[in-house]
Amino acid sequence: MFNLNKEAKLAYTMLIPTISIVFLIILFPIFGNFWLSFKEVKLGDLRAPQPIIKEKLKTKDIGPGDDILIEYRFKNSSQKKPIFNIEITDKISEFISPVEIAEGCSVNNNLLSCYFEEWKPKYNEKIIFKFKANDNFEIDNFNPKESKPSGGADGDNILTNLKFSLKNFQKILQKNETIENIKVTFLYSFFATIGALLLGISAALLLEKNFLGKGFFRGLFLFPFVSPVIAVAFTWVYILDPFKGFLNNYLLNNEFISEPIFFLGLKKVDFLGFDFPFTLFIVILFESWRYFPLAFLFILARLQAIPKDLYEASDIDGATRIQQFFYITLPQLLGVISLLFILRFIWNFNKFEDIFLLTGGNAGTRTLTVQVYDEAFALSNMGTASSVAVIIFILLAIFVFIHQKIAPKDIEE
Amino acid sequence: MTNNIYQFFFIYLYSIITLFLLAVIGDFVSISIFLSKNIFIYKNIFLYCFLYAVCFFSIRIIITNQFSNIFIFIISLALSYFFLINKEINTYQLLIIISVFIAFNLLLQKYFTAKNFSNFLFEVSFLKFLKTNSLIFFSFIIIFPFYLMFVSSLKSQMVLLQNPTDLSIPFFYSISDFFSSYIAVITQYNFLNFALNSTIVSFVTVFVSLFFSIPGAYAVARLRFAGRSKISSSILIIYMVPAIVLVIPLYVIFSQLGFRNSLLSLMIVYPATTIPVALYMLQGYFKGIPYELEESALIDGCSRIGVILRITLPLSVPAILSVSLYVFMIAWNEFLFAFMFLDNQEYFTIPRGLYTQLDDQEVPRQYLMAGSVMITVPVLLLFFLFERYLVGGLTAGSVKG
Repeated sequence: MFNLNKEAKLAYTMLIPTISIVFLIILFPIFGNFWLSFKEVKLGDLRAPQPIIKEKLKTKDIGPGDDILIEYRFKNSSQKKPIFNIEITDKISEFISPVEIAEGCSVNNNLLSCYFEEWKPKYNEKIIFKFKANDNFEIDNFNPKESKPSGGADGDNILTNLKFSLKNFQKILQKNETIENIKVTFLYSFFATIGALLLGISAALLLEKNFLGKGFFRGLFLFPFVSPVIAVAFTWVYILDPFKGFLNNYLLNNEFISEPIFFLGLKKVDFLGFDFPFTLFIVILFESWRYFPLAFLFILARLQAIPKDLYEASDIDGATRIQQFFYITLPQLLGVISLLFILRFIWNFNKFEDIFLLTGGNAGTRTLTVQVYDEAFALSNMGTASSVAVIIFILLAIFVFIHQKIAPKDIEE
Repeated sequence: MTNNIYQFFFIYLYSIITLFLLAVIGDFVSISIFLSKNIFIYKNIFLYCFLYAVCFFSIRIIITNQFSNIFIFIISLALSYFFLINKEINTYQLLIIISVFIAFNLLLQKYFTAKNFSNFLFEVSFLKFLKTNSLIFFSFIIIFPFYLMFVSSLKSQMVLLQNPTDLSIPFFYSISDFFSSYIAVITQYNFLNFALNSTIVSFVTVFVSLFFSIPGAYAVARLRFAGRSKISSSILIIYMVPAIVLVIPLYVIFSQLGFRNSLLSLMIVYPATTIPVALYMLQGYFKGIPYELEESALIDGCSRIGVILRITLPLSVPAILSVSLYVFMIAWNEFLFAFMFLDNQEYFTIPRGLYTQLDDQEVPRQYLMAGSVMITVPVLLLFFLFERYLVGGLTAGSVKG
């Protein structure tokens, strides 16, 4: 009916800005991550090596006609890499003229310009430039520091060169910690998902029927999810604090325990003969608490869509409530539960803030995402951090693939 | 007879859970009202549960005249008498127990009156118990951390250290003492600056995100072009890319370009991460608008842009509102990028500022809690004002976690 070509053209013009911004900020960084993971980049390498120039006036009490000594200090900022084709410019005072200046430098129109071919790593030299004060010299207006010297140089930028190595992956995979972290990540994602789903199903069943105050409870149940993670995490840390916290003091006052429990600092607890990861368990509780509202919302929506005749028919057949739940409600919810399971699993797998704010990754709760942060900023190694991120991304790609297979085509509705 | 014993112990066990829950909550309430350190209700929990079961069955016996139950009744009575000796129960505890009994017996009244207390009725009554208890349990676990956050922010350092279990709101403070932590956080820790930064970044994120996603969503929802299905299916996949995978390369790139440590960096990253979800939510809504409306306008000679501006957008105000709220919340709550990118105090958003300035062993806890309250309140206010829209937004876009 309408001109298809025109329509397509309009569609592309409407989509191109969106697609390009997503491409730039999401897809390009993913590529960048792979790129970085094959390079040995340290946090310090982010600043490309450059020349550092400082000037210092060596002579005092200058009058017209006197010699003026200015010391220039040239330095290569990098300890490891040379820089090439260094060009330096500095505006010098109009009251002085050059007498003796370093090789490679010239003065033109009150502008000092120097050129050097190469500065070696750790290059650090002081060179004295000799100037002469002109006859119109005024000490009050003379300030060599007035203009800052500037310089530029070519250096080998590790970020853009084409040298790749597998050393980051080697380093990461050789660490015992990494395998442990992968294990923790899976445990955490799996059980936090299960916890959130169980709480979500129970909460949804509670609010299934209409009653006075249902809207209030529905709003209340969403609180943990909509509140800023930083506020709720700090509150939990405060409640669980071994000395100042509410919970420990409450238990101590009532003589349930004789000494404080380090809720967020106990890696292993001996429980019936096997090592129970206690802090991980607490973190999983937090995660279930924070994310059950999501499962609750989805399951509630699905619950209310179950045809009522199913229940009526089973009532006539004499089914009990518990039978109804297991033979009608649960099978009807299975689709949404499996979808929620994989989605929540993926998002728990990606979670960084919650664990970082609760334990900082200590006490056996270091997941892969926290490891990325530690590698990058605690160990200052961008390369290994990226390689951990790449591992996360690959595992995730597998989950998303599974999700695509499982998810029904009409999940938009 | 055996059936009755089975039921008796079932109710006995179940009431242990009920009363334990109520005892703990009652204890917390009493901590906050009576300022007492501990109440010890649960020490006698088994006794109370027993008493409860006794009451339950005595009422049943009286009403239904099933004298075969008298055997159980006598045993229960004897046992509870044995327990009651040497026990002290104060008036307050007694009040709680009695009110609990009355409440639950009222709930069950209609089942007591049934001549034949069948398994079915038993199950129904049991589920009713479960439901009430779970509602209390859920409300408690949700409200308690928020309440504690609020109460702690009002206390002085000394009170907090002396009695950390004190949950009362200090009404007897003067106004300036009452809000002293808030005043300190605002004056000493530059909080208003953080709040301003957060507000700016969040609003910019909402506007940029809408600006890009509305046309994109319309194109995906309504226009026919090659690759449309690919785009709509890849939106969700892009949405699942975790922030932690993006943050290192973005850190490197922004450092090189020289604007990492600025609000601009957040204003670029936040919209980019929220556009996919905004687009996804909006296109779902656009698809639901009857196409006949747009079609008739097109036939009448209105251009596509005109149709979007005059028909589609006015009709989708609720969706746009819910998308805006959702995006605003994401930007307001965001921690990871702000934490990694910003070094300079001047540019801190609230989460970043809270983390660096207040999460320190030397900073009194009530300041941290006051900061937490101040970051939470705007979100919860928005949430309550626009709950209807927000719930729609959450269900549509809740793939994000």
